[in-house]
Amino acid sequence: MSYSQFLSHVCMPHAVFLQLKTSSKSNAGSRLGHCSKVPRNVNLEKLRSGYLFPEISRHEFEHLQKNPNASLIRLGIGDTTHPIPDTITQAMAEHVRGLSTIQGYRGYGAEQGNMALRKAIAGKFYQDMGIKADEIFVSDGAQCDISRLQLLLGPNVTVAVQDPSFPAYIDSSVVVGQAGELEEETGKYRNITYMNCGPENNFFPDLSTIPRTNVIFFCSPNNPTGHAASWQQLKQLVEFAKANGSIIVYDSAYAAYIRDGSPRSIFEIPGAKEVAIEISSFSKFAGFTGVRLGWTVVPEELKYSNGFPVIKDFNRIVCTCFNGASNIAQAGGLACLSTHGYQALHNVIDYYMENAKILVDGFESLDLNVYGGKNAPYIWVHFPGSNSWNVFREILEKTNIVTVPGRGFGPAGEEYIRISAFGQREHILEASRRLKVYL
Amino acid sequence: MSLTNNLSTSMISSSSSAFLAPTSFNASRTQSVSVPLKSLNIVKCVATPQEQQIAYKTKVSRNANIAKLQAGYLFPEVARRRAAHLLKYPNAQVISLGIGDTTEPIPDVITSAMAKRSHALSTLEGYSGYGAEQGEKAVRAALASTFYGNLGIEEDDIFVSDGAKCDISRLQVVFGSDVTMAVQDPSYPAYVDSSVIMGQTGQFQKDVEKYANIEYMRCTPENGFFPDLSTVARTDIIFFCSPNNPTGAAATREQLTRLVQFAKDNGSIIVYDSAYALYMSDNNPRSIFEIPGAKEVAIETASFSKYAGFTGVRLGWTVVPKQLLFSDGFPVAKDFNRIVCTCFNGASNISQAGGLACLSPEGLEAMKEVIGFYKENTKIIVETFNSLGFKVYGGQNAPYVWVHFPGRNSWDVFSEILEKTHIVTTPGSGFGPGGEGFIRVSAFGHRENVLEACRRFQQLYN
Repeated sequence: MSYSQFLSHVCMPHAVFLQLKTSSKSNAGSRLGHCSKVPRNVNLEKLRSGYLFPEISRHEFEHLQKNPNASLIRLGIGDTTHPIPDTITQAMAEHVRGLSTIQGYRGYGAEQGNMALRKAIAGKFYQDMGIKADEIFVSDGAQCDISRLQLLLGPNVTVAVQDPSFPAYIDSSVVVGQAGELEEETGKYRNITYMNCGPENNFFPDLSTIPRTNVIFFCSPNNPTGHAASWQQLKQLVEFAKANGSIIVYDSAYAAYIRDGSPRSIFEIPGAKEVAIEISSFSKFAGFTGVRLGWTVVPEELKYSNGFPVIKDFNRIVCTCFNGASNIAQAGGLACLSTHGYQALHNVIDYYMENAKILVDGFESLDLNVYGGKNAPYIWVHFPGSNSWNVFREILEKTNIVTVPGRGFGPAGEEYIRISAFGQREHILEASRRLKVYL
Repeated sequence: MSLTNNLSTSMISSSSSAFLAPTSFNASRTQSVSVPLKSLNIVKCVATPQEQQIAYKTKVSRNANIAKLQAGYLFPEVARRRAAHLLKYPNAQVISLGIGDTTEPIPDVITSAMAKRSHALSTLEGYSGYGAEQGEKAVRAALASTFYGNLGIEEDDIFVSDGAKCDISRLQVVFGSDVTMAVQDPSYPAYVDSSVIMGQTGQFQKDVEKYANIEYMRCTPENGFFPDLSTVARTDIIFFCSPNNPTGAAATREQLTRLVQFAKDNGSIIVYDSAYALYMSDNNPRSIFEIPGAKEVAIETASFSKYAGFTGVRLGWTVVPKQLLFSDGFPVAKDFNRIVCTCFNGASNISQAGGLACLSPEGLEAMKEVIGFYKENTKIIVETFNSLGFKVYGGQNAPYVWVHFPGRNSWDVFSEILEKTHIVTTPGSGFGPGGEGFIRVSAFGHRENVLEACRRFQQLYN
């Protein structure tokens, strides 16, 4: 798919001059186009390029056009590849068949999600943390929830993000009008606080150097670095938030990948319920990247400065801007959390983590500094002194492997490449072989 | 050592009703004030009972835009009243003709495609992960050819979504806070509410029941439910729904031509909600793009919800023509695409498989039957109210019947109907001040429930 290239000229009433690439069906040959008088949203002007992952796709597409016979291995976009266990798809199919019956038909569901699923999520992931089912909002995924949270928070809050971090936090912040201007030299948005996370600080920011912001986005296990924050680190974070009266938006989408006993939920930390929102997803946990299901926890204890519960406003957003996750996906979600389903999913996660180990071992054998891959399906490889987009391009050219340049995750991602561990075993092994040869 | 308390300057109220009252949100930092307790000479550490501890508050200000909203979103409010009614009358046979929720099973041809896709996700060949955020190519192509065949709308002008309600908010995110908007009055509440949330509006003005800065285009029986455009101020965006929710009115070709001209003259963008297009009985346009020139001024949203019973399955689409440009010439579609890629991750692949089946010849035929069933319900309801001497509108081109109760408060009528007949409807004022004096009766329901409801209406109003 390609968008028509428009020569953009300012539309002037007396001299509208636009070249439209028109198809045969539309008004061919029309040179005079109408411009509305609706100003473009200045916030969207601040976004410099496409969202990171479609950009990766574009590079991949162009590479394939030049090299149609290339045997491409995709370790870029963190897209799951393993089929969903039967027990889960059977539950979805059964629910679907039920939709064709009088007893089984379901129309609008509660915007917050089916209570059975909310209870199952509470029971499975937040047992002993005092999180209740009605503090859980089922959604069509974390990416959508991040934007809904931004709508909730509004344009007048300041945010801090890890650097590097999942691009949706920054991009959504820009879209909502929180971010200010982009400073070309640093590649940073003026009003966003970037919390450097690198090997030198064990991928946890030095909070004593971080100014206060209203909101702190924190992802653990981390995308892209793979680092899982320790209990101590998260305690520091919660205390920092409490001292500053800030709200943490904690992204736990990869919690199921933790192997070393690191906290899986921010709510394991005492006091977190008063300072944190947690978002999570079935995408990487259950291969639901296409099925679309996630959830957000907003504790009742979380209050705005005037005492108003954040959960009430989030509920209003969910009821107004959303209409619930697909009931089919929710049926699948429930099956994911059954004993059988959960076990089957952990087998898939083990499979991906075995992939990760192969890739980590491969890079380590090349004496490269490699991070992550132990508690997350991402490997963060350091190429000191490099431009990460150049490394990305070279790897793609020379080995036909798609990765993600670290710079796409923020200025501190420069010199790094993210390799994702999703893929069929033979492709992972092949990729490892090719990289060893090339590097 | 003196025992100090931190006192906050803002009031904490624990009753939810107090939150509906305007409060000041100025301070983003609550002042921490140390005040020595003068009355104590000795310091004693006393454990404060739970209730006396001041609950912790962050220093994050509540979003002032959301604070402007007057109450909960309309339909959960109606649901709340329904639930309260059931508590009062646990054995009541409540019939819901309120929220426009589909009730009839989804035709087999559609569900079997979704079941097939579900099973396929368990196979190597059939598994798919992330889909294109804009939707699967086959679905986009099928939508283009089914609904926009001769209208010059192409596959890549179409963005598949998880429904019109979500699309409306995504469109608001595209437009941002610095645009003005016009809505029909009455209208589907999501247009106004999303506008408030985005920060496009001023405060709610209780005397006129309108938000400042929104242009309300009154639609009444007197003006044939089409606004007198000569009295409508220019706004950047115009939300227009036809066939209309809640009035059921369907705009004619002539009316839509005037609307498109109005938008063109004013440099406005129409957001045309066509969610009920297939309910049209009359020969009115089903798509805004049937009107010449519309591609330069309009976006169209649509949904499978009311066609295929997908209210819970979640699937819809939005058309943003390439020719639609912002004032600086930048294509609106590019920004919409950026929002879709950043704030969304595609509609569920299983729902999309269902959508594709809906658009097959068999699927289209099956949807037509379901729609026909609801239209028959509508006819029954219209006839009932007509026979009772009411002035009734809608029902011909939409699954909604708009009944006039002159001089009466619509929430009162709603409550009376609920109390006396156990039927849930929707009060017209929930759709805007122009809805006062009306009740919306939706025609979704099992036939026997609709017939029973009509019997009860007969009893109540005879």
